[in-house]
Amino acid sequence: MAEMLEVSGLTKRFGGLVAVNNVSFSVREKEILSVIGPNGAGKSTLFKLISSFLKPTTGEVRLKGERISGLAPHIAARRGVVRTFQETTIFRNMSVRDNVIIAHHLRSKASLFGFFLGTGAAKTDEAAFGQSADEILTLLGLSSLSNETARNLPHGHLRALGIAIGLATNPSILLLDEPFAGMNHDETMRMVEMVRRLRERGLTILLVEHDMPAVMKISDRLVVLNFGQKIAEGTPSEIQADEKVIEAYLGSEDEAIGL
Amino acid sequence: MTLNRNTRIAAVVAFLAIVFVAVPAAISSSGRFDLYYTLTSVALLSIASAGVWLTFYIGRINIGQGAYALMGGYVSAILVMNHGWSFWLTLPVAGLFCAAASVLIGLPILRLRGVYFAMVTLVLTEVARLLALALPITNGAKGIVSIPLPGALSVFGVTLIPDFATLQNSRLAFYLLAVTVMVVCFAVMYRLVNSRIGKLCQSLQQNEELASSIGVNIAYLRVIAYAVSSFFGGVSGAIFAAISQSIYPSSFTVTDSVNFMLNCFLGGLGYVFGPMLGTLVLYFGWDLLFQTGQFQLLIYSGLMIVLMLVLPNGLLSLAEMTRKKG
Ligand SMILES: Nc1ncnc2c1ncn2[C@@H]1O[C@H](COP(=O)(O)OP(=O)(O)OP(=O)(O)O)[C@@H](O)[C@H]1O
Ligand SMILES: [Mg+2]
Repeated sequence: MAEMLEVSGLTKRFGGLVAVNNVSFSVREKEILSVIGPNGAGKSTLFKLISSFLKPTTGEVRLKGERISGLAPHIAARRGVVRTFQETTIFRNMSVRDNVIIAHHLRSKASLFGFFLGTGAAKTDEAAFGQSADEILTLLGLSSLSNETARNLPHGHLRALGIAIGLATNPSILLLDEPFAGMNHDETMRMVEMVRRLRERGLTILLVEHDMPAVMKISDRLVVLNFGQKIAEGTPSEIQADEKVIEAYLGSEDEAIGL
Repeated sequence: MTLNRNTRIAAVVAFLAIVFVAVPAAISSSGRFDLYYTLTSVALLSIASAGVWLTFYIGRINIGQGAYALMGGYVSAILVMNHGWSFWLTLPVAGLFCAAASVLIGLPILRLRGVYFAMVTLVLTEVARLLALALPITNGAKGIVSIPLPGALSVFGVTLIPDFATLQNSRLAFYLLAVTVMVVCFAVMYRLVNSRIGKLCQSLQQNEELASSIGVNIAYLRVIAYAVSSFFGGVSGAIFAAISQSIYPSSFTVTDSVNFMLNCFLGGLGYVFGPMLGTLVLYFGWDLLFQTGQFQLLIYSGLMIVLMLVLPNGLLSLAEMTRKKG
């Protein structure tokens, strides 16, 4: 299988702290790869490096062979790497539908000035975005809420909206930072199904998650971080049997990895 | 605000009829020609305030519009006095000069948010005043005076606008000029806000990080919005200089910058026409309180505080509330 994303020797220092330490791995096309690790292991920092929100101290990230680390975040998004945030991140005062429509920005063919004048290209764009937004909202089970102001949504739906926003950008690879956080069992299972369906539609997914049963269920492969270093990589069953992983989680959360 | 198409057209027609026909008719029948000057000022101040409103719209508190109004005034005055340009040509040039300056200034300062951006823009107004005092070309504290009235504007031999100096009623001419520019500026703003650009600006206001993660070039968009804002400031300042036929370092000060901002607050930050209404109400409110003498400022400030507490979304939110109830 072709490689979608290649992370090599990625390191990020914050002063004396090495948040991500010489991490290398690659994500294959249409794969669901999860990054797990205890709190503070450097997972979110890794995501910010991959999506170019942070510049790596050393190392690089390549998307389909092209270097993307060090670009501005909106350029990385244009190349096809889009992340959702660990904290719920939406445009609070817009309607749910507008949140998703605006996220189609990258797909617009008309220029800003074209939108100002309301040219034909702009009108075509607007119509296409509206239609695509409705499809995405249906896919994520949000269509009944599409005219609701985003800040009024219940938590589970907010996470879904975050993903809908990410999807609207039409990424090659979507980075989900704790998509199941704060969800109950049923909501999580529904979300797991959702993420699977996205992959079936051809999306490559990289995700960070603490909910071990969900992670084991959803992932093709996992990468385990501890204190910024990669300590293991493999399929769910390989990871569950890995000595180093068990050690890293031992004492605190040994049940949490599904042993 | 979602009015249907016919109501919108009717509202626009009514508004145009009021400012271009009803107001001049009422003034000439009542003989209160001084009102022309007042309403011209309101129109010009509302243009500058519209610019401030636009920076609010991308999530920045702008207390620096006075700097651009001053700059626009000087650019127009200097071009007319020293280089013999026609006022009509200096008007867009003053706007563009301010827009260009605001790009240079905005690139570094638009990274700042909240109170930091507000403070820097406040300082900007003061810097502009000090520069006007210090630079040789602005003629220091003496300012630039005796600026001739706008001449005739002809295109291909057709006189579109007569020479203001030959007019019997140049007050009416200035009023019509100011109101026309105001209508154009607000039409541009309305279009901006109701196109996709408006949504993009809102996305900046609500969450810059998310906006850049969905591929919005936030730095570029911020600079564009700020440049349009400063263009408005410059145009407004240029017309002011032409009307008063003079410009001084103290023509626009920190107080004006603060007032531009208050006009936006009062009218409503969520409404394109907020700054227009806010300017009108504040300007006349201040004048009406003149009779209260030494208490003028006290009552004025007290009323402002009460209004902001009672109507945090501005005067225009009142209209929306009544419509929802009805
Ligand atoms: N901007 C920053 N400046 C300084 N230190 C930081 C910064 N961002 C993260 N860190 C530190 O880097 C380390 C890794 O943080 P990170 O957020 O990547 O962890 P995480 O694995 O996502 O944790 P969690 O599971 O709690 O979300 C932590 O010790 C954190 O305090
Ligand atoms: Mg994290």
